[in-house]
Amino acid sequence: MHWRMKAVERVSVTINGAEYSHEVEPRTLLVNYIREQAGLTGTNIGCDTSSCGACTVHLNGESVKSCTLLAVQADGEDILTIEGLADGERLHPMQESFRECHALQCGYCTPGMVMAAVSLLKENPSPSEREVRLGLEGNLCRCTGYHNIVKAVLHCAAGASATNGGAQ
Amino acid sequence: MVVSIMGTRVLRKEDPKLLTVGGTYTADLRDARLEGAAHVCYARASALGAVSGVDVSGALATPGVLGVVTNSDLADFPLQPPQMDLFPEEMLRRSWLVDDAALFVGEPVAAVVAESVVAAVDGAEAVEVIYGGGEPATVIDLEDADGDAEVIFGEVGTNLALNLETVDMSTGFSDGDFFEDCEVVIHQRVENHKVAAVPLEGRSVACCWENGSLTVWMSTQAPHLVQGVFRNVYDLSRKDCRIIAPDVGGGFGQKVNHSQEEMLLPELARRFGRPMRWTETRTENLIGFGHGRAQVQRVTLGGDADGKVRRYRLEVICDSGAYPGVGAFLPYFTHLMASGTYDIAEIETRCRSVVTSTAPTQAYRGAGRPEATAAIERAVDIFAARCGRDPVEVRAQNLIAPERFPVTTAVGTEYDSGEYARALEKALEASGYEDLRREQARRRAEGDPRLLGIGVSCYVEITAGPAPGGKEYAKVEITPEGGARVLSGAFSHGQGHLTTFAMLASDSLGIPIEQVEVIQGDTAQIDKGVGTFGSRSLQLGGSAVCDASNQVIDLARETAADILEAASADVVFDAEKGFHVSGAPAVAVSWADLAERAEAPLSADSNFFAAASYPFGAHVAVVEVDRETGEVTLERMITCDDSGPLLNPMVAEGQRHGGIAQGAAQALIEEMRYDPWGNPVTSTFADYGIISAAELPSFELVVMETPSPHNPLGFKGIGESGTIGSTPAVQSAVVDALAHLGVTHVDIPCTPERVWRALS
Amino acid sequence: MIPAAFDYIRATSADEAIAALAEHGDDAKLLAGGHSLLPLMRFRLARPAVVVDIGRLNDLKYIRDEGDHVAIGALTRHRDVETSEVVAAKVGLLGEVTSHVGDPQVRHRGTIGGAVAHGDPASDIPSALIALGAVLVAAGPSGSREISVDDFFAGFLETALSPEEVLTEVRIPATDGAWGFEKFNRRAQDWAIVGCSAAVRADAGVGVALVNMHPTPIRAGATEAALAGGAGAAQAAEVAAEGCDPTEDLNASVEYRQHLARVLTRRALEAAGL
Repeated sequence: MHWRMKAVERVSVTINGAEYSHEVEPRTLLVNYIREQAGLTGTNIGCDTSSCGACTVHLNGESVKSCTLLAVQADGEDILTIEGLADGERLHPMQESFRECHALQCGYCTPGMVMAAVSLLKENPSPSEREVRLGLEGNLCRCTGYHNIVKAVLHCAAGASATNGGAQ
Repeated sequence: MVVSIMGTRVLRKEDPKLLTVGGTYTADLRDARLEGAAHVCYARASALGAVSGVDVSGALATPGVLGVVTNSDLADFPLQPPQMDLFPEEMLRRSWLVDDAALFVGEPVAAVVAESVVAAVDGAEAVEVIYGGGEPATVIDLEDADGDAEVIFGEVGTNLALNLETVDMSTGFSDGDFFEDCEVVIHQRVENHKVAAVPLEGRSVACCWENGSLTVWMSTQAPHLVQGVFRNVYDLSRKDCRIIAPDVGGGFGQKVNHSQEEMLLPELARRFGRPMRWTETRTENLIGFGHGRAQVQRVTLGGDADGKVRRYRLEVICDSGAYPGVGAFLPYFTHLMASGTYDIAEIETRCRSVVTSTAPTQAYRGAGRPEATAAIERAVDIFAARCGRDPVEVRAQNLIAPERFPVTTAVGTEYDSGEYARALEKALEASGYEDLRREQARRRAEGDPRLLGIGVSCYVEITAGPAPGGKEYAKVEITPEGGARVLSGAFSHGQGHLTTFAMLASDSLGIPIEQVEVIQGDTAQIDKGVGTFGSRSLQLGGSAVCDASNQVIDLARETAADILEAASADVVFDAEKGFHVSGAPAVAVSWADLAERAEAPLSADSNFFAAASYPFGAHVAVVEVDRETGEVTLERMITCDDSGPLLNPMVAEGQRHGGIAQGAAQALIEEMRYDPWGNPVTSTFADYGIISAAELPSFELVVMETPSPHNPLGFKGIGESGTIGSTPAVQSAVVDALAHLGVTHVDIPCTPERVWRALS
Repeated sequence: MIPAAFDYIRATSADEAIAALAEHGDDAKLLAGGHSLLPLMRFRLARPAVVVDIGRLNDLKYIRDEGDHVAIGALTRHRDVETSEVVAAKVGLLGEVTSHVGDPQVRHRGTIGGAVAHGDPASDIPSALIALGAVLVAAGPSGSREISVDDFFAGFLETALSPEEVLTEVRIPATDGAWGFEKFNRRAQDWAIVGCSAAVRADAGVGVALVNMHPTPIRAGATEAALAGGAGAAQAAEVAAEGCDPTEDLNASVEYRQHLARVLTRRALEAAGL
């Protein structure tokens, strides 16, 4: 067995509007770059096979699985993670909808799920329930049975999220 | 009048953080105490067999690797105590890492310690396990292990890890013809295959030593239980062994118990003089940390030709995996719940657990009870079919009547409360059962290639069990500002205790929920605790919060009486006004007033004990089966799940949803599989079919609330009900779709090929 | 899991990529969207010494209506194929098939060229290209050449591309004929257990191809011949599995795969109006 110590590559990206630039090994996955170099740990890793979607972020406005991109592939691009979704204190309507519909339990799949859901509505603003289910096929959740996630996405699409949730 | 928040859909306090910056899971921790941490990657056995050596030279030569620890390096490190001591001693003597034989593929062989995760992975890849010194005993199938297969632990002379009869955890079978007086007797072999718990976050641990004190951050369901194990292994006082569970990304039973890889980490930290971190990959979680269920059952049910059930025999063989632990004990719960919801005069059980060449079996959502329900529900379906009766009618005929509670079943389990027939009626009504049967008849008559199947299950399960019951701890403190702090020994990892326990304290104390903080998951802050599993937390941990809150009120009454210059007996507390003299609410003392006056902080604790409770319900599944391909589509799931009064219906529904999905997934897709050489072949999420949104419908939930007499608020557990009811309902629906073609049984998972073969 | 270390070369033109491949030979792998290669690298089942990233060759990202055919640049993403009006109007089968690849995130990154050049028999896209009679264009050190889709898939994960060639374009004959696609899988995001593409082509012939029924993507030749000989859908589908050598795996035995091939072929043909 031989180990090739490779030259590092410089990666410069915009994440949530801020500039980041680091030298990394070419084999560095984007998700590891986001978590370790940029220090944004909201994006999680749930599998090794691009199956679970916990690592979903937006690359130039579209959902991607950041475990299946090299950081060097994202060089120069614009990335949005869960940390950049809310507008200051004001939750994004999808975040608000997830909260109002109890669409999260342990929270581990949640950042990826929310990012996938935002991308889904961007491409299909008024999906049917079936379209929501198929649109989230690449994001796995073990807690919710998806019932309330689907409900939250439909709730958000209907513009029904509000900020006045709470005790009735 | 203050409207109680009890029973309302309070949104979760946990969510804003989880939705905006994400949880802080163990791998996310950026704690100063973990500065300079080294990282571990375990090299694992890629095959079964005798191991003559481990070549670590390649790993040591890997840039960034600090060192490699194999089992021979751990000769002076004491073996960890077994999870349970019910098994033959030779089976319990598990080395930390593979010693002279790999008993399952994925068993850790060497710990590679490195400056970075990447270097640790590179190093682990370079570790070479040298196999040799004899043919491995390879026993994959649990019935083979129970039969005449070769013996894995030669010294023991058998693969039997535990015969539960010998410890009074099953009844055994009587001689003679148990079913002699029965007009109809049915028999069926039922598989309840191995599945993986797969929390989305796998195992993850970080630890450091400071002046002989150990701090461990760990993704666990039970920080206090784990503390006991670490203390035992490392010979530490409670004060010197602090366990912190940060946010935890799901557990489903898998994270109740500890593993070699986790327990060894502090020893590695000590040897390398650095804080240490380990986070497993998905494949490690799937192959290395054990699976759930893993039973083969033989059910025999007898009764009258008119559908009355009289006698039931349940034989369970459980696959405990390579090293028997909690999984090998779980058939006890299958035995306890053998009678299900039915009035059965005589029951016999025979349960045993055997070792195989697979990963150790663990608790998984339901842990022994889903297997009991699956067995009796299959038996009742087949019995009904043999009697020529509708399975719903036969169920209704045999359900335990509500006036009989508390009732002791033929296996000696005492059910607390229940209205089984009503739950069944409610679920059936919501499903439109008669219409479904008409639609099914129409499709059959017209030869529709989309066969309709309707499956029904009735279940009862045990939570906070087994007998005599369980305990959980809580402490309630009044803050100087007049708010409350709840310190809980339960540990929420998705269940929403930060919200629901705050609701309980808020309701008792009359302090707005915003001013109630719930603290959990830190043994330094919380004196005692057990943890969250087995659907125990609300009835025990929640009751402890209520109990401690009420004690705080009693303590405060004295101080309030002083302030009010009244006798304490005349001082009353109401949640709206505070403390005041009876009949004179205009002058009242608030919590803030009391906090200011109290010499010591007002606080009280409770280590609340309660007997087990028995949630129950009925599920109806509707499936479509493609007659040509065997593909099953789950069209509807209608469930009535009764777990007593609902504290927060939104949270309870969430628990049901998740459980229903997992149970349905076991019935249709999920299965942990090994090849004949012991290689796990469902070792990634690409192969192990964790179910997605696209394979499920939205669920139709029916409400029912029958209190338990065993705790003041009547709570029962809701965490596992969905899983327990749904698997047999979905399986029954698949069989029902094929029933007119003479099919009486299809084992789970009802994969397309299996169904196609049943059809052809 | 993290890939083994490698050298990274970012190509700025196809010529540069070809030169890099020529220099490193079998040690090098092309990276387009990465959704076939990176999962293999993460498990270290693939460990190229050199990765040549062609993901930024923007002049290979296009969908052009060329009258009698549609030309698609090899680096065009699945998402762009799936939503293309040109594709929908002139090679509708390909758009439909592409919409079933992976999941939305995969389709945002994966490319048509990557999916084809990987040569995976379980991939959906080759079945559409075979059914539609596509031609693949490869560029190498000595220029460009066209390869019929029937000559392209050489073996399991093997293609007719030489180690120094880059797939640059996919040309698909236009048709306004009807088509059908059937994909049978366990979960929506999974690879097909079996799939079938069928299309009525402009020459009025019918193209039929199967997914995951052979070590390579494969044309259902016996079915096509039966149709050409006047057989109806049901009859032609009966011979769908002939000439296929499927394997047994977790999800299906050989016998069941053959059965599925027949059922799905009949359904695809019926959907194509046959």
